[in-house]
Amino acid sequence: MRDTKERISMNHGNGGIYMNKLITSLFLHFFENEQIREQADSAILRVNEGHLAYTTDSFVIDPLFFPGGNIGSLAVCGTLNDLAVSGAKPQYLSAGFIIEEGFKLAHLTRIVKSMAIEAEKAGVRIVTGDTKVVNAGKCDKLFINTSGIGLLEERHLGIGSGQKIKPGDKIIINGPPGEHGMAVMQARKLFAFKTNLKSDCANLYPLIRKILSASDHVHFMRDATRGGIATVLNEVARKCNTGIEIDEMQIPVNEEVKIMCEILGFDPLYIANEGKVIVIVDPDDAIEVVAAMKRTETGRDAAIIGEITSDHPGRVVLITRSGGKRIIDELIGDQLPRIC
Amino acid sequence: MKPEGLRYIDEYRDSALVLHLSNQIRKVSKKPVNLMEVCGGHTMAIHKNGLTGFLPETINLLSGPGCPVCVSSQTFIDHAIALGNLPDMILTTYGDLLRVPGSLSSLEKEKAAGSDIRIVYSVLDALEIAKQNRKKQVVFIGIGFETTAPASAAAIKKAEMDGIRNFYLLSSHKVMPPALEALAAGDTKIDGFIAPGHVSAITGYGIYQKFAKVYKRGVVISGFEPADILQSILMLVKQIELSNYHVENEYKRIVKPGGNPKALAIMEEVFIPVDAEWRGLGIVPESGLAITEKFAAYDATRKFDVKIPESKPPRGCICGEILTGKSKPSDCRLFASVCNPLNPVGACMVSSEGACSVFYKYRA
Repeated sequence: MRDTKERISMNHGNGGIYMNKLITSLFLHFFENEQIREQADSAILRVNEGHLAYTTDSFVIDPLFFPGGNIGSLAVCGTLNDLAVSGAKPQYLSAGFIIEEGFKLAHLTRIVKSMAIEAEKAGVRIVTGDTKVVNAGKCDKLFINTSGIGLLEERHLGIGSGQKIKPGDKIIINGPPGEHGMAVMQARKLFAFKTNLKSDCANLYPLIRKILSASDHVHFMRDATRGGIATVLNEVARKCNTGIEIDEMQIPVNEEVKIMCEILGFDPLYIANEGKVIVIVDPDDAIEVVAAMKRTETGRDAAIIGEITSDHPGRVVLITRSGGKRIIDELIGDQLPRIC
Repeated sequence: MKPEGLRYIDEYRDSALVLHLSNQIRKVSKKPVNLMEVCGGHTMAIHKNGLTGFLPETINLLSGPGCPVCVSSQTFIDHAIALGNLPDMILTTYGDLLRVPGSLSSLEKEKAAGSDIRIVYSVLDALEIAKQNRKKQVVFIGIGFETTAPASAAAIKKAEMDGIRNFYLLSSHKVMPPALEALAAGDTKIDGFIAPGHVSAITGYGIYQKFAKVYKRGVVISGFEPADILQSILMLVKQIELSNYHVENEYKRIVKPGGNPKALAIMEEVFIPVDAEWRGLGIVPESGLAITEKFAAYDATRKFDVKIPESKPPRGCICGEILTGKSKPSDCRLFASVCNPLNPVGACMVSSEGACSVFYKYRA
């Protein structure tokens, strides 16, 4: 037997309960301050008369290129989205590259070019960066870190932290969950499936701008990345000590994601997205927000999937297609294909 | 292009149909019955779909031994861990096994500490790893019943055909009938079996006749969707109410009377039945699958001589009782306190199909 004490396992990076434990017991413990304590997608910083949103994200993905995007487009969109869901307008990005010796320049060029294109489309600038090269075998081809700064209007304060959430609020999603995770899994060629699946990787700011102009009562937004929408909803339930009820029949479905999940025994609610946002709004504004979302490219399939309840605080409950009820728990270990 | 939807999924989840079956069961069920869902897949489907809420109080569901990870003995995990510590060794396994506690460690902890352990989705992926790493030894940790054993057998045959000499199987494969017979014949309170759908797709259903005729238990082979399971429960309740025990097949779209002859033939060629240890059941005669003499060169047990520490069963864990339907997860004093998915004490809390894990995850 090897010395197995106290090591990081892959579960510490999956967005679930292990990672949450690591963050709270280690990072938050030592970095303790009022901004980091919020655990929002962006930290909100008061500067002179206004507010800045500030965020960072690192990107490691295998394979680097997948249907619907690559690590570069992901690195830009991911950080733009973390700013946008805080209610901020993204302004500037940084980009840091850790590159493995021997990585093809043509591939790096393709990746950097797609970063530039995404940034330009979003009207933001990549204004600073860093490059490190490590010996062959010391990293998996390429890792990218981006950080971003956005401007936040006074009236959108608190959207990232969820402090405005109250029972009765409606929960909205902009489209079917699971496309990114399943497209990447497919790109890894682990299964002999042929699908037309594409990652949903997208800059959500244009959609979010529409949401914020449709309603002054957006109480919370978060992009549902690693750990899927189940993880976001659990974070909300836990942090705001409120109940959540969602209805399986109302959740938009991508037929190919559904088929792959049925075959493998996966739950699409736990699968990663790169272009999905959970929006929690006042019930009076919900229909208008959905209508506004439907008029955008990334919100065409928007739907109200559930609501905040005062029952079962801290728990997310799903009403199943067959009319039963079950708990949607926090992700523990990564989802694994069924054995039989 | 929009793909054609997968058929026979939503039809079997239809809420009106589910409610109708639920009402039928309520109408027919008079006396209290204990039904065992043998397969972990059934346990999962029942709780994932919240089906217990559709059943009257007369129906008590018991989880059975049909979870491949759960019934694998601690000694087996220790054996795999010891193999992983050998130099130039690549262990390959289905992912569920990774977190099962052995006596002192788990494969997941060993992986983080440096053992080369890779999750594969099919045993053929393990074969591919062997092909690409000719200088290393590649062991596939084979678990599962009639559903996975034929694939392991096929991999060994393919290794032979392709001349791959660095691929080995550590077999903990098991067959279901002897274990079920041990339960049916034993002093258990089980009135009927919700028999495993996919195992039966391989074995056919001749194997169950004895359970109905000799041991007077109801048997219905069931599919895995909500309507399948409720329909099977209805069929079982009718059998038991009338004391008319026989074998019925609810899962006709998949299970044929004679099973899958091709899969049965390849299992017979590569494996030989041996007495095997099941967590909870102890040694069950002729219930394990060892590799035959003809394919001995692919047997990890014969090839690698490793020292396996003496295993100590975890104190207080009642996995064994749960796997035999004698107790429910909530009867265990470790459940959800000391033993939880973050810190599993027994295997039933690890596998996604383990009763404790399912009860914990979908607790109402």
